[in-house]
Amino acid sequence: MHHKLSEWVAERLLLATAMVSVVIIAFIIWTVFSAGLPLINEVGAFNFLFGMEWRPGRETFGIFPMLVGTLLVTALAMMISVPLGVLTAVFLAEIAPESVRNILRPATELLHGIPSVVYGFVGLMLLVPLIRTYLGPPGFSLLAGAIVLAIMALPTIITIAEDAIKAVPRSYKEASFALGATHWQTIRNVILPAALSGILAGVVLGSGRVIGETMAAIMVLGNIPRIPASLLDPIRPLTSNIALEMAYAPLGPHRQALFATGIVLFIVISLLIFIADRLRRGQ
Amino acid sequence: MSPYTREKVAIAVLWAAALLVLAGLLAIIIFLVIRGIGVIDAEFIFGMPRAGGRDGGIFPMIVGTLSIIVIAIAVAAPIGIGGGIYLSEYAGRHPLSRIITFGAEWLAGVPSIIFGLFGFAFFVVFLGWGLSILAGGMVLACMILNETIRTTQEAIKAVPTSYRAASYALGATKWQTVSRVVLKSAAPGILTGIILGIGRAAGETAAIMLTVGSFMALPTSLFSSARPMSLHLYLLAVSEVHEGAVARAFGTAVMLLLIVFAANLSAHAITRRFTRSLR
Repeated sequence: MHHKLSEWVAERLLLATAMVSVVIIAFIIWTVFSAGLPLINEVGAFNFLFGMEWRPGRETFGIFPMLVGTLLVTALAMMISVPLGVLTAVFLAEIAPESVRNILRPATELLHGIPSVVYGFVGLMLLVPLIRTYLGPPGFSLLAGAIVLAIMALPTIITIAEDAIKAVPRSYKEASFALGATHWQTIRNVILPAALSGILAGVVLGSGRVIGETMAAIMVLGNIPRIPASLLDPIRPLTSNIALEMAYAPLGPHRQALFATGIVLFIVISLLIFIADRLRRGQ
Repeated sequence: MSPYTREKVAIAVLWAAALLVLAGLLAIIIFLVIRGIGVIDAEFIFGMPRAGGRDGGIFPMIVGTLSIIVIAIAVAAPIGIGGGIYLSEYAGRHPLSRIITFGAEWLAGVPSIIFGLFGFAFFVVFLGWGLSILAGGMVLACMILNETIRTTQEAIKAVPTSYRAASYALGATKWQTVSRVVLKSAAPGILTGIILGIGRAAGETAAIMLTVGSFMALPTSLFSSARPMSLHLYLLAVSEVHEGAVARAFGTAVMLLLIVFAANLSAHAITRRFTRSLR
């Protein structure tokens, strides 16, 4: 009897701890939405999302330039990160000799571990001045952000794509070799197509990391809420908008508008996580 | 091009991509170390900041970082380990396990600035803790929870089924088996996850900015505001250009890099010993 009771208690306690992450998600939704929705209702969702002007002093809250900024910097970063990341993943899974793999894999983990504020700092001290000198002012630009964020998305893409490639059954590869295909032909025509949905999941989660990135973005993007005309123009992504202004936004519509920005960001990220989950289960 | 030339070109391109990734990492590390390592000495580590951080050391920032890490680990480790045990030993194919796993994955993808908003609204304002290391530590705990759950699950998965079978054969109950056999052999793997969590917590900035504040003195209680190293680095970097501030920013960046290095290295060392001892 004594044993049965302690078994029962242990299982319930463990279940409770397992439920905590779900509870936290619920709390995040509750706190962020309840603080931001009143403003969206007041301004109107359309005006908030598609308004061209962000002037907290005049209580004008339109986040369209920031939405565009976030999308542009993410697309550009992915143009660098996806080819580089997928190629590296293929290299790790198929080509790399043991010794190289033993260097490259910890290196990827290290890239993942470096704090975003450190990436931002290197971008600020190295990349921004280079762009300012050789390509033109101000240096704080879409281009600088795309490069820094591309590097930050690499570990996510590499790790998930490598897992997807390694999950392709060995028999597929052997069949292709048996038909006389070269290693590269096998990679291109057999392994990559079979691993596609897993690789896409990595790309989606990598984009999520770029969209949600805050510190590195603030430090190199210039933070001006305007739609950029060139790669060398500054932008302000959604994340920076919150981080820059929360410190001084007084209680009231301004602070509500920052939480409302958070709602938009949260919805976008959550959609990406749902898609990635689907893709990964599809494999 | 013949298939064999193609093969050679393709393999060359794959090598180039991998080397480029390595070169990027090396460039970042070398750049920071060259400019920052000279700044780090006893006075930098144990000294108090002067002139708004442009002079002197970063001792209070180190203490700030350590205190939020301790709080975060103290809260996240038991919950995450418990959750990991439940998912791998108890949940089975229960529909609830799918929901819990997805919740943890979702949590892992939420950007840190959203955690910051949540922490600000909930811990700082709603619970009335104010900008404090307690609020920051709790938010960090939420942020590293998924990683703790995941590494616990992986560590438990690596425990051979024969261990469990042997324990049951001796008449042990499920909880006795889990707590005395499974957990014991999974402990090194779980520890690895916690160490990596420390690395992540040390570098976290956006959520910290909204929950801990940026007060430069030594924290005296759980409800003190503080300025962890990551936030200090940001504030120095974006303040007006000043030689002393820039030098100290580089020094702080190298300190953060060292913490991440140390965490990754010790995690690796533990993993290696652990896998050897299992064989």
